[in-house]
Order: sequence, then C-alpha cells, then structure tokens
Amino acid sequence: MSDVYVIGVDMTKFQKAGTGPNVDVLGSIAALGALDDCGLKIQDMQAFYCGNLGQASGMVGQRILQQIGQTGIPVVNVANACATGATAFREAWTSIKAGLYDTVLAVGVEKMSSGLLGGGGGTGISREGLMGSGTMPAVFAEAGMEHSRKYGTTFEQFAKVSVKNHHHSTMNPKAMLQKEFSLAEVLNAEMIAYPNTKFMCSINVDGSAAAVLCSEKKVRELGLMKRAVKVSASILTSDPWQERDLVMPDVSTCTRLAVKQAYEMAGVGPKDINLIELHDCFATAEILHYENLGICKDGEAGMMIDTGAVALGGRIPVNVSGGLLSKGHPLGATGIANIYEVCTHLRGEAGKRQVQGARIGMTHVIGLGSACGIHILEKAA
Amino acid sequence: MTTAKPLPAVDFLKIPETGAPYLEGLKCKSCSSIYLGARAVCSKCGARDQLAAYRLGTKGKLYAYSIVHRSFPGVEVPYISAIVDLEGGGSLKGNLINIEPDPKNLKFDMPVDVIIKDAGRKDREGNSYLAYFFQPRAA
Repeated sequence: MSDVYVIGVDMTKFQKAGTGPNVDVLGSIAALGALDDCGLKIQDMQAFYCGNLGQASGMVGQRILQQIGQTGIPVVNVANACATGATAFREAWTSIKAGLYDTVLAVGVEKMSSGLLGGGGGTGISREGLMGSGTMPAVFAEAGMEHSRKYGTTFEQFAKVSVKNHHHSTMNPKAMLQKEFSLAEVLNAEMIAYPNTKFMCSINVDGSAAAVLCSEKKVRELGLMKRAVKVSASILTSDPWQERDLVMPDVSTCTRLAVKQAYEMAGVGPKDINLIELHDCFATAEILHYENLGICKDGEAGMMIDTGAVALGGRIPVNVSGGLLSKGHPLGATGIANIYEVCTHLRGEAGKRQVQGARIGMTHVIGLGSACGIHILEKAA
Repeated sequence: MTTAKPLPAVDFLKIPETGAPYLEGLKCKSCSSIYLGARAVCSKCGARDQLAAYRLGTKGKLYAYSIVHRSFPGVEVPYISAIVDLEGGGSLKGNLINIEPDPKNLKFDMPVDVIIKDAGRKDREGNSYLAYFFQPRAA
C-alpha cells in the first residue's frame, strides 16, 4: 500500500457564527486554497470527501463543486459529530491506501449559530434541567469533575488551559479570537457550567478547512515532496462499552484506543511527538487528553498545565493554534483545521507560533456519541 | 388528551396501579451489565434475549457533577446536574436538589437518596409528569 501525503492544505479565518457566506461558498474558499497550495486544479482531483454536520442531508460536497468545478468525480458527504472533518480526511486517505485514486480532496465546513449546543430533543416534556443537563458545557464539566475526583484537579488548573490557548491564539491570524486573558479573568468570567466558565468553552464559528491528499508515486511525479507532509497514521474509533455510558459519555476510552493504534501504525511513541492539536471543546476536556494521549502518566495532567510543559516553548506544545477555545470550533471543519495547523508547523511556516524543529505532530478530535479520530503527520523531506 | 394520572418523564420510571412509583432498568443475565430504558441486546457482551427487568436502588453516591448556570430559556438556574452510582448497580443522571448549588457543599461519594415526585413541568396537552431527583441523605 502506498504512503499517503498531504500536498495542499488551507483553512479560512474562523469568524463569528452566522457571519460567514453560505456553506457551499465557505467550503469552496478552503478547497480552492488547498488546491492553490499545491498548484493543482479541481480537474486533477479524482474523488472528494466532504464533511459537514449542520446540513448533513444537503449534498454540501456537490454544492461546493458547483462553486469550483463540476467534474463528475465521486463525492461522499460525511457526518460524524465533531469528528466529521477528521473522518472525511480519513476516508480520502483510505481511498488512496486502497489504490483507487492518487489525488483526493477532503473538505470540512460548518456554518453555526451562537449559543449552547446539546440538551434538546425528546417528546413530552423537556428533560433539560429536570434530570441533569445535556448541554455540552455541563457534559464536559462532569467529565472534568471525574478527573478531579480521581486526582484532585482544581478549577484553577482547568482555567489555565484557557489562559494558555487564548495566549497561543494571539499568534494565529486565522483564529476567531486573538486575545489574551489572565487567569483571574478566566476564573471570574460568567460561569456556564462549573467548572467551565465562558472562556473555558469553545467558540461557535463559521469556518472551513481543506486538504489535498496524494499517493507517494504521484507526489514524486508532481515534484511536490519538498512541502509534502506524510500521513503516518490515520485512526478512527468508536466508544467501547463503559458502565456509565448511558449517563456520562466517555471520551477517554475511545481516545486511548485510537492513540495506541496510531502510535503502532506510525511506529512512534509519545516522546517523538513535537506538537499536538487536540479536542479542547472545553478546558476540562483538554486536561483529560494529556493522559489519554500518553504525553504524561495518569494523574499528571494538572502538573502538565502547571509547569507549562504543554505551552509553546514547553516539552510538548498543545493547541498552539489557540485551540477550539480561541481559534474556534466549526464542528465539521475542526478535524481538517487541526491538520492544517500541524502541517503548517511541519513545513516551518507557522510564523510567530512556530514550534521550532517540529518533525512529527498529532491531531485529535472527539465526536460526542462517540467517535475519536487521530492522525499522526510527519515532515516528508 | 389530558390523562388523569401523571405520566413518567422517562420510560424507566414505572408507575404501578397501586403502591409507590419506582425506577426499573434491565440487567443482563450473561454479564450483569445494567441498562436504563428498553433494549433487546446487551451492548457489553452482545447477548440476545438475556435482559431481565431489574429494580434500581434508591440509595447512591455522588460520582460527578456540574453546577449549571446557563441553560435554555425557561430552565431555572443554577442547578446541580449530578451523576450518581446506585447501590445495587447502575448509574443515573439527574438534578441534585435540596442543597445549595455551591462546589463547597458537594463532596464526591456523598450519599444521596433517589426520590420520585412531580416534575413541575407539563406538556402541551397539560399532562403532568413524575420525575426522579437526588437529595442528600440525612445523616
């Protein structure tokens, strides 16, 4: 099976929810950007995998082609909660691995509204606030409190994740917010669902990201190996059975399962990873994933944030893009936006936030319900 | 159509003709996993036709929680969204009531009772509902 490379990648500047163009136009901007990044045209693409959640039945991929070129290639529209973009990317990777195609386009795009996600649905009476909360800030707050009960993780430690990621975003011109917040500002911000304050919740934004994936043979033929990024591992898992599944979604077990497979596939370990873009949908979630991804031992996540090991310049920088907390979280686009970020560092093109000497990076997303997508990316040349 | 009797807010809350309402889950005869709500197959071990009705306990311990300060319009805040592990197995998610919603008051593993009472909400037809809640167990 051929190795697969990313040869073109781009993302839009994430913008306030509801202010972006229609989903097809928004997706077309990143798609054209990724094509321009590698100097190819839509006519060079042999298949297209499109990730979008909000209009999952709306043939978004075909509508994007109506904006940029209807060439008759197969289009697959993908929905997998917040792992949608990563899933579309992985389907593109799979199709090249299978030997079906040499050049494939993957796009993730989302137009959102502002406000709380989750907690709706059902018949009869609403159960929200009657039998606990199904809102995402509360669900991930509960997951964080499970970490607190095990290891004594504090409100301040969770809040420091937000301070770090907002600081990182000041160096990312494509982040929705590029604004510093002090620990006191994060702690004293409006409480949404303890321990998550407003600045500890990801920002709903409009955005898209796209990647052009290519077989090794074709990369060489095109002479594009210099800026190419190798996809060393592409893994997708669902949530294995856990005893509290019906009351408490488990984002840890599917992540641990995925990362184990990812390290095996790439032939690397946690010590080899130079940067990680992980699923900080809420500050509480990021803490869990330091341990889930194996960059520290169980119980050491609080120490990782306290010592700055996960900040830019630290041992293993996490979410130098600003993360979902500050860059923003356009659900279906996030998985590919993370890949854009890591590729940009591996190419040495990340400007002020550049992780120096980065050769291997990891992306991680969670789709609640649940799906976990992990990619390990490696500098090619 | 409005019914004279209250309806259950969730399908695993049972309201018998006589006697007190209670919570009833399912327990797998093969692997002892406990479920809330109807299902045919055990999602842990995959056994079919092995799920039997199982009366859930009325005592439990606080496993995890969040104090919700922002919710949807019409939902009274703040309130405690709690995950409780039940004596006898199984876990529930619900509101922890009759305690000030402040992290200072909440201790992991604090003992709670499961109580069933009027939900305080009606559907469009005017039906009332029974729901379960947690409250701190009196020492």
